[in-house]
Amino acid sequence: MTYQSLQKDLSGTGYVASDQLAMALHLSLSLGRPLLLEGEAGVGKTEIARAMAEVLGARLIRLQCYEGLDAAQAIYEWNYQRQLLAIRAHEGEDANLVEERLFSEKYLLRRPLLEAISQPESPVLLIDEVDRADEEFEAYLLEILSDFQITVPELGTISATSRPHVILTSNGTRELSDALRRRCLYSYVEFPDRATELAIIGHRCPGLEDRLAAQIVGVVQALRREELEKKPGVAEMLDWAVALMGLGVNDLADDPVAVQATLICLLKTRADQAAVPREVAARIIGAAA
Amino acid sequence: MPTTRFVERASGPAERLAGFMAHLRLNGINAGPQETGLALAALNAVDAVNPQEVRFALKSLLATGSDNWSRFDALFDAYWYNAGRERAGTAPAAHKQASRRPAIWTSETGDGQEQAAKANLPASAADDGDDDATASGEGTGRLIATRTKALLRRDLRELTDPAELAEAARIAERLARAIRDRRSRRRRAARRGNTLDFRRIARRSLARGGEPIDLLRRRRPERPMRIVAILDVSGSMEIYAKVFIAFLKGLIGADLKADSYLFHTRLARVTEALRDPDSLRAAARLSLMVQGFGGGTRIAGSLVRFNDAHAKGSVSGRTVVVILSDGYDTDPPEALAHELSRLARRARRIVWLNPLKGWRDYAPVARGMAAALPYIDAHLPANTLASLAALEAEFESL
Repeated sequence: MTYQSLQKDLSGTGYVASDQLAMALHLSLSLGRPLLLEGEAGVGKTEIARAMAEVLGARLIRLQCYEGLDAAQAIYEWNYQRQLLAIRAHEGEDANLVEERLFSEKYLLRRPLLEAISQPESPVLLIDEVDRADEEFEAYLLEILSDFQITVPELGTISATSRPHVILTSNGTRELSDALRRRCLYSYVEFPDRATELAIIGHRCPGLEDRLAAQIVGVVQALRREELEKKPGVAEMLDWAVALMGLGVNDLADDPVAVQATLICLLKTRADQAAVPREVAARIIGAAA
Repeated sequence: MPTTRFVERASGPAERLAGFMAHLRLNGINAGPQETGLALAALNAVDAVNPQEVRFALKSLLATGSDNWSRFDALFDAYWYNAGRERAGTAPAAHKQASRRPAIWTSETGDGQEQAAKANLPASAADDGDDDATASGEGTGRLIATRTKALLRRDLRELTDPAELAEAARIAERLARAIRDRRSRRRRAARRGNTLDFRRIARRSLARGGEPIDLLRRRRPERPMRIVAILDVSGSMEIYAKVFIAFLKGLIGADLKADSYLFHTRLARVTEALRDPDSLRAAARLSLMVQGFGGGTRIAGSLVRFNDAHAKGSVSGRTVVVILSDGYDTDPPEALAHELSRLARRARRIVWLNPLKGWRDYAPVARGMAAALPYIDAHLPANTLASLAALEAEFESL
């Protein structure tokens, strides 16, 4: 498989990937290394994992990171409530037997990371927003990403039955460690350029008129050049397109009031809404139309 | 950009690639033998005679990080297309310019002795490494020996003698270390937690036939706060700056997460320079960064720069931002208020240390300071070493 064929498969699922990104994904598949994606919010990092899972026909397992994420939520946990019940149910039996049963796989709750390495077929493992997790967790992740095995003290070491395709995303709220970076392939995902974004909107909203699509893309691209706190991402652009279609708007210049009202799909903070008053919006739309 | 010569004849792709790796290493990209092996494996997976494919493949393999990502293409061209060879001459020129800068700086201040004192400052601060090792383990009470008591109370403006200044700097650094260590000693197991520790409950109950009688609890250990310090080194702060720089140095000394910046009309990140174990080199690096030290102040402009370029990476919900400034700003106060409000949304707390506040009858009349007050969590005096020592309690309460 070449990267071009992967790129084509991806666009078949509705994801338009740049050459560079397709190459990174291709390499990550053929070298079996995790891929770290960085970029601003809304450039479609998480969406890549979904598209990859669809292309590979694999299961998508997602681990959403957050501050304070620990092993019990990311890797495994014993099902204590069930264990306590089981102790009562087997009262009077040989204590050793009971204990052996209690710490068997039946009472193990598999969290995403353990789940991902114990699949019969290689799944796609998405570790989303890894920069939000603590540094301690990052160190733990390193071990799993290099060995693909997890040690449960009571059970022993569980080795991967299949190697998951790992995709990590980061928004850059914290600098990631060099050790983690070294183990991953890397790609910085930019906002799509005009042609790519037109292709995306064409894939996702097939019913949209070409002229309106071009206007939408023009306005969104212009807004990204403005000084905004949160630049509108691809998902916001698609939301807006659907909203305009739902309102029956055929040309952005036709109905400035309705269009101005729908800008809430793109501008998600109060400061940003204040930064694009009606006159500015009219100018941007005029330039795009 | 330093470049390696592209070998005219090579034994094969492996040698070419090894040369490229050496070129990357020379330019500060971390590429070891493991990466070389991987790069060769990657070339097997792509069409290795197509330059574009090779570029994409090596880029995602070797350029890990957004800064390397953006300069990789230039490095790639420099090596494979020999584009960098002409530019090799720029590196020595830049070096010459760099070594000339401190001289300009001296003539600007026109005060040789002060220059010497400044250069000495990190040196003397580094000398007492042994004292620190013993001092940092103790509380502030014992940290400050009696012979330094008098020095603690005096306004830093009154310290003129270089020896006194050096002494003050040393104390400031020790205070800062004490604050830092106090913070990180706070990890302790808690008797009362907010979640049940089922693992221990299940274990304990085995002995009682599975009856969960003892309800054990657990709590997340408290993690140290991260400190980001921003120091004003403009003209009005000059008399305090020397001691404050030592304070910063102590604060970020061994705490690898802490970060520090200097500003006057521009903002410069000085963390690495302050952490440099070679004190002479640290002084030279610092003096390069603070060219124009002692000039005007642009607090708001510097904060804009900080918010845009650095805050995203270094300020989070567990960060205390410490601003050391007197609040005299040539930018409009509205701009300062706006930038502080942006910063306040990102940071856990903003602490403003103001040397003027220690004066009797001080009121924040400087317009900048008045505008800033609504957005800062604490506005504390910092005109004596004692007031710096009082910060410890403040950091503890965070």
